Amino acid sequence: MKKLLVALMIIFAPLHAWAVDVERVVSPGGIEAWLVQDHSNPVVSMRFAFDGGSELDPVGKAGLSNLAASTMDEGAGDLDSQSFQQILADQSITLRFDAGLDRFSGELKTLSENLDQSFDLLRLSLSQPRFDEEPVARLKSQIIAGIRADSEDPGKLAYDSLFAHFFPGHGYAVDSDGTVESVTALGSDDLRSFVKTRLGRSNLIIGVVGDIDPDRLGQLIDHAFGALPAAPSVERGGDVAVNASGRLDVIERDIPQSTIVFGHGALKRDDPDYYATLVMNHILGGGSFTSRLYDEVREKRGLAYSVGSSVYPLDHAGLIIGSAATENARVSETIEVIRTQWARMAAGDVGEQELKDAKTYITGAFPLTFTSTGAIARVLVAMQLNKLGIDYLDKRKTYIDAVDMADVKRVAAKYLAPDRLDIVVVGKPAGIVPSR
Amino acid sequence: MTKIAKRFCAAVAVIVMMWGGQALWASEAWAGVFNPETFTLDNGMQVVVLPNHRAPVVLHMVWYKAGSADEPEGKSGVAHLLEHLMFKGTPKHPNGEFSKILAQHGGQENAFTSLDYTGYHQTVASDRLEMVMELEADRMTNLVLSPEDVATERAVVLEERNQRIENKPSARLREEANQKFFPDNHPYGRPIIGWRPELAALTREDALAFYKDHYAPDNAILVVAGDVNVADVKRLAEKYYGPIPARGVAARTPLVTDAPITGGETVLRDARVRQASWAENVIQPSLSNGSPRRVAALEILSELLGGGGTSRLYRALVIDQALAVSAGTYYDQSARGNGQFAFYASPRPGVSLDELAQALRTETRRVLDEGLKPDELAAIKKRMMADAVYSRDAMKTGAWTIGGALAAGHSIEDVEQWPERIQAVTEQDVLDALKAVLDEPRRITTKLLPNGNGDGA
Repeated sequence: MKKLLVALMIIFAPLHAWAVDVERVVSPGGIEAWLVQDHSNPVVSMRFAFDGGSELDPVGKAGLSNLAASTMDEGAGDLDSQSFQQILADQSITLRFDAGLDRFSGELKTLSENLDQSFDLLRLSLSQPRFDEEPVARLKSQIIAGIRADSEDPGKLAYDSLFAHFFPGHGYAVDSDGTVESVTALGSDDLRSFVKTRLGRSNLIIGVVGDIDPDRLGQLIDHAFGALPAAPSVERGGDVAVNASGRLDVIERDIPQSTIVFGHGALKRDDPDYYATLVMNHILGGGSFTSRLYDEVREKRGLAYSVGSSVYPLDHAGLIIGSAATENARVSETIEVIRTQWARMAAGDVGEQELKDAKTYITGAFPLTFTSTGAIARVLVAMQLNKLGIDYLDKRKTYIDAVDMADVKRVAAKYLAPDRLDIVVVGKPAGIVPSR
Repeated sequence: MTKIAKRFCAAVAVIVMMWGGQALWASEAWAGVFNPETFTLDNGMQVVVLPNHRAPVVLHMVWYKAGSADEPEGKSGVAHLLEHLMFKGTPKHPNGEFSKILAQHGGQENAFTSLDYTGYHQTVASDRLEMVMELEADRMTNLVLSPEDVATERAVVLEERNQRIENKPSARLREEANQKFFPDNHPYGRPIIGWRPELAALTREDALAFYKDHYAPDNAILVVAGDVNVADVKRLAEKYYGPIPARGVAARTPLVTDAPITGGETVLRDARVRQASWAENVIQPSLSNGSPRRVAALEILSELLGGGGTSRLYRALVIDQALAVSAGTYYDQSARGNGQFAFYASPRPGVSLDELAQALRTETRRVLDEGLKPDELAAIKKRMMADAVYSRDAMKTGAWTIGGALAAGHSIEDVEQWPERIQAVTEQDVLDALKAVLDEPRRITTKLLPNGNGDGA
């Protein structure tokens, strides 16, 4: 989920600055974390991320990062899987890892009374994971069952196909979970190699919120992360082109409703046009109740229950993607509406009021997410990953406010290309001729 | 790439399936002690306030004590269709203005329909509370619907039904089994989103009739959580909701039933199923008809048997015997009608569902025969008390928990006394509850299988 969180988190900004006091903590051992102290509850949430995700899984070993995420908390040091999980359960400690395309991330949540023990378990899982035969086999069977169970989900089929065509031969082409075949082939040696080569102090980012002070946090992160290598030994690659050429593909399934996904290349998170593109897409398909796609597809025509588009920046490629689902008989009409709206926006047809509303929404929505320690910790990680600066919460609004009509028209013309929009339909759509 | 946001946009129904689905509450049914403030307006509208000053944000919710189980016979889906239509407009705020105004303020909003209630919620900066109250109070009684609005939105909901049910073998199985689990046209036996033919036939008049019957302050609960104080909420609630006259809403039809169940097994085979699964649901008391002690014991039982990776069933079936990829239980105590206790499991390759079910029953019975291990009960209680602390971490948890409880006819005390109820449970209570689950004749098994003649092996 990490890639989604990053994609979503960064689209918001405070409506009016208020005191979320973000502190930069550097441990005695030189490890950095961003902290928001909150002593209202005896709870501490930490989120952390290592740069580089499943995209780096070796060829033929898709799903390695995800299997590592699933097994690093299944026994470490002297504790076998059941002992390790029993301590987590008995002390009500949440410790889990997650693999996305660009990140390997983790979450630790504990009552403050168990801080020492929870960070010690984290240290063990990072530095001495056991990868015993039983938990590895068990988690492999669970992941494979999950892949199988999802394998006929129309949305999953459609997005997998879209990404496979976007990124032929690249790590982005395959879902983080991997495939039945690739996961079946993974073993403990692969997992040990993953931990040794992919996790380092230099590619680590930490965000902490809750009932803890900087000194204590500094000691604890030294304890948990200090034994990691200085840097990972696997390098991240460079940018990759998005292969989108206006293809229309149909994956036939005997179901009453077709799922439609669409998209093409756009821009990365660090592009100066990013904020303008965000505002533009909000008007086009990002605003959940108010976007043009929502209005035209759902409100006016009753074609679909869900429709929308997202700016979706990956580390090596930018995307704009979207989806809709409609009964087989109305697929053509729905695609027509989507293409028309894409073209209309690309041509620069934007109203002043729409622009104003999009900006007030994007600036106003962000602070509304700051309602749990975990949610705030996620934001702290996203801010660091995207190099947004520790004062980002205060500056965010100015970036959005600065977007004007000329910017929106410019980025719409630059990044929206109706003729390059790749479309994948899963279902039995009537009257659709695939362009393959 | 299902990890990509599947946007379910405005007026999304968080449809709470009773069958193998998730209850609305975060993880445990009751999350703990929230220390809410509560008062009732002169028109009978109950108000609950949950101050939490972490961020200048407020969650505003209105819950109506009317869900799909309150629909007239033959009109299934009307509660949920009305939930969608509530966004259409009023004389004062026409043409979907509600959502547009919210968006202009950066507000987040949604709505949901369940068996026992319907709810509307907005999250806004705390200085916008008055604005959302004005909007929500306005649409409590002033909804205007055109026939075109209804026709278009009905098409949207039919697509929602396609997406949630028709396109998903597991959901179709649940729907079919649920009808057998609650026989004789019991309201819990019909899908929240409605049977397709009935949903397709719903009219503007049907929606407005449901609206007039159930949408009134004396049938609603206001919950406000976040950066607010009680005095301000009271002043605003009296200003906006206070003037709406009570309507003397009819008493709700009792839902607790002791009707026997016939046809104890439902099987669905579908070419699109790639991973078989098994479940067994058993009628058990809910907070509505069970003793507090029994309800708490069932909750602990569910934690003991199926509460995650250290539970009895997971350890036996998934780890030790390696028969399953997943195994667990859940207990839903929150219903206005009967509660249910459920077992579920998915097999590893080469294991049949019958073999898996047999192993699950053996392990369950072992608990009854051998009792609990030393400290096992204490550890579970400790974990549940920690859940209560965590439940105060997120602003929304208390609002959802208390709102849902009140809307289903339970009390704030039912929520707030949860720790005491849990603490009072003895080992014998847990074993008595387990015996009751095993002895209960009203149970139904569901099997989801790929095409072919095999039994998932």
